[in-house]
Amino acid sequence: MRTPPALVSLAIDAALLNLPNISDLSSIPEHILLELFLRTLRAGKLTEKSLNLFIATGKEEVLSLIQALNIQHVLTPVLPTTHFDIGNSNLATFRQCETTFYLYFIICLAQTIRTMSQVSIKDDEVDIVIGALHSDLTSFMEDWRQVFSRFHLIIVKDPDLKEELKTSDGFNLDVYTKSDIDRVVGSSSSTILFSGYSCRYFGYLMSRKKYVISVDDDCLPARDNNGVSIDAVAQHITNLATPATPFFFNTLYDPYRKGADFVRGYPFSLRTGVTCALSCGLWLNLADYDAPTQALKPGHRNSRYVDAVLTVPTRAMMPVSGINIGFDRESVGPALLPVLRLAGEGKVRWETVEDIWCGMCVKVVCDHMGLGVKTGLPYVWRKERGDAVESLKKEWEGVKLMEEVVPFFQSVSLSSEAVSAEDCVVEMAAVVKERLGPLDPVFARAADAMVDWINLWKTVAGTRSAA
Amino acid sequence: MSQPLLKDDLDIVIPTIRSLDFLEMWRPFFQPYHLIIIQDGDPNKEIKVPEGFDYELYNRNDINRILGPKASCISFKDSACRCFGFLISKKKYIFTIDDDCFVAKDPSGKDINVLAQHIQNLLTPSTPFFFNTLYDPFREGADFVRGYPFSMREGVPTALSHGLWLNIPDYDAPTQLVKPLERNTRYVDAVMTIPKGTLFPMCGMNLAFNRELVGPAMYFHLMGDGQPVGRYDDMFCGWCVKVVCDHLNLGVKTGLPYLWHSKASNPFVNLKKEFKGIYWQEEMIPFFQGVTLPKDCTTAEECYIELSKQVKEKLSSIDPYFEKLGDAMVTWIEAWQEYNPPLVAKTADGPVVVKKGGGEPTPKTT
Repeated sequence: MRTPPALVSLAIDAALLNLPNISDLSSIPEHILLELFLRTLRAGKLTEKSLNLFIATGKEEVLSLIQALNIQHVLTPVLPTTHFDIGNSNLATFRQCETTFYLYFIICLAQTIRTMSQVSIKDDEVDIVIGALHSDLTSFMEDWRQVFSRFHLIIVKDPDLKEELKTSDGFNLDVYTKSDIDRVVGSSSSTILFSGYSCRYFGYLMSRKKYVISVDDDCLPARDNNGVSIDAVAQHITNLATPATPFFFNTLYDPYRKGADFVRGYPFSLRTGVTCALSCGLWLNLADYDAPTQALKPGHRNSRYVDAVLTVPTRAMMPVSGINIGFDRESVGPALLPVLRLAGEGKVRWETVEDIWCGMCVKVVCDHMGLGVKTGLPYVWRKERGDAVESLKKEWEGVKLMEEVVPFFQSVSLSSEAVSAEDCVVEMAAVVKERLGPLDPVFARAADAMVDWINLWKTVAGTRSAA
Repeated sequence: MSQPLLKDDLDIVIPTIRSLDFLEMWRPFFQPYHLIIIQDGDPNKEIKVPEGFDYELYNRNDINRILGPKASCISFKDSACRCFGFLISKKKYIFTIDDDCFVAKDPSGKDINVLAQHIQNLLTPSTPFFFNTLYDPFREGADFVRGYPFSMREGVPTALSHGLWLNIPDYDAPTQLVKPLERNTRYVDAVMTIPKGTLFPMCGMNLAFNRELVGPAMYFHLMGDGQPVGRYDDMFCGWCVKVVCDHLNLGVKTGLPYLWHSKASNPFVNLKKEFKGIYWQEEMIPFFQGVTLPKDCTTAEECYIELSKQVKEKLSSIDPYFEKLGDAMVTWIEAWQEYNPPLVAKTADGPVVVKKGGGEPTPKTT
């Protein structure tokens, strides 16, 4: 993880750049003055004028250094040509210089920081991965045509789905079905790893692109408060292309959005941010509630469009919903893993927790590797589906498991040897086995699956990971 | 909603050096409440309070008279003096606002009742231990999302509600210089809890808090006349209060309500005030991020006293100002204790001092 340059260091560089315009250095703290002098020397910028400036400060350490290095003036007789008025105008000039100096380096600093590390993401760097839990995807694809058609699409059919898959024409498309999955991972593993909502992970495995965006097949483009259709893919891409700011909360949310910025009090050294590795979107209409909540409030629909993207702070855990996400596959791909299978896992979101588990794995990995996670926009519109009460009648195992899962992830810490997402997952798997395994067999299976997943990832997806 | 909530339990604290004309616009919302006005600057100047408000007004002479030598901890020529109002209040809740803030409109064009939203934020729990992706689950129309453990859904009491501003954003001087025309026009319809362990830049312009829970930690540090730094009083306070809330498992919310911030301050003046703060915060932030308070600090007061010791011990090397600051923090607590004595309960054996925030009652005769 790159340590951002210290504020003082950046300021001194800016001062060095503007040295010809500064006429007084005496207000600068001695240790900074010394460093500025050394950098001026190294840069070969010590002129007669700047040497005089340093001497005029009268600062002992600087004078000793000049003497020790045997730096001497070149004596040229100078004939007086102007008469200086010692008085208020000089005082005013002095004050102006002090402020000017401050101004120069702070403005240079502010402008430099804003233009740094904004990545540009091209269309051919993105894969859109859709897990098909419905056999007829034609209306889904029509709804998303305007947004998806520029990109390469990977559709993975749920291996449990018996009907023939129906897709629309006019897309750059690769479809994977049970036979493909069997071929790659072996038929014994395919249903374990990739059934139901987890089928999309096969798409993540097979993708060769740097970024992946994934939405559930029961979602449509939503509309914002002005009635404009939301391009969820474009928003995910923007979220991933701009830095995240996990070390300090910005009260105006994402400072990289148009019309926003870092607020007063936000440390300058933290304003470069870190790379965003995961973008979690939200849902209008049917929000991603669990079965008890949905059953209790059957008429409850999410109609609030919150116009914000924000970084989830480091060490804060959150439930990542797999319904609408985008991520940097090269950095964190291996950490998105289909491993926590409930005994009664079903084909409706509130009968699963695989994405919640993997979201927390990814957050731990991101926190450890100094990457960011954003949440908020974009919204998608989620269609009505399923019967929460019916789901409640099944065992609500997932809800009980969360009681153990969340405190566990909040306390996990990884070693400094874990430098890639793969390393992190392997280390986490060992801890899961040791600490959660005894509590429930589903965790022991998850730990094994995590290790299997990494082996699979290394074999199939290659070793293109962030080291 | 016609019945104002908490009108006998909430004081509105307003620091001012210019005028209180802005109160006219707030009349429909503020009139039912008691105002505490802190007049900064020249005490001989008369600042008129619009008719019909129930208020008490303190100028510098009053502060000096009331606190005596302890008045040294209250800033002069800076809105930090507002914390005197927090100290002197007898109510459970405080709302504080700047005199250049006006009523904003929500996207539907309706006037925003800032007080009602703050009250709602304070009266509903916070959720600092696990981030809810649909933001405040206690708001109407929202809830806890799938995956949110049920054992954490009760939340914790909310100690602080941090509101935002439309129009002139609260930027620092360098940002103001680079973007002088930027206005905040984005209405983000959310309230959220700031997660435990995360610091934030607390702006004092639009703030409400539970005085009983965190009052002692709401000291707005030494700024203004005779001090080397300005525009950092609310920042310092925010870092202190967040550390205290995290330790005591209390919640801090941010987001709604919005108000309309009308006055852009001079960025050149701001630059001179903030300059040292910009440098110092690079060392202060790691300090606050790494601070731990002992388990036996169970009230905001105890936490704050401990914090003042650590500030003196660990930050004095940055600048002698921090030594002075540590002392001022102690003076503040002493003044707080003097004006906010522990509750006294009557028993059959005579008055018994009951320590605020729990603890063993110590028999005391008066």
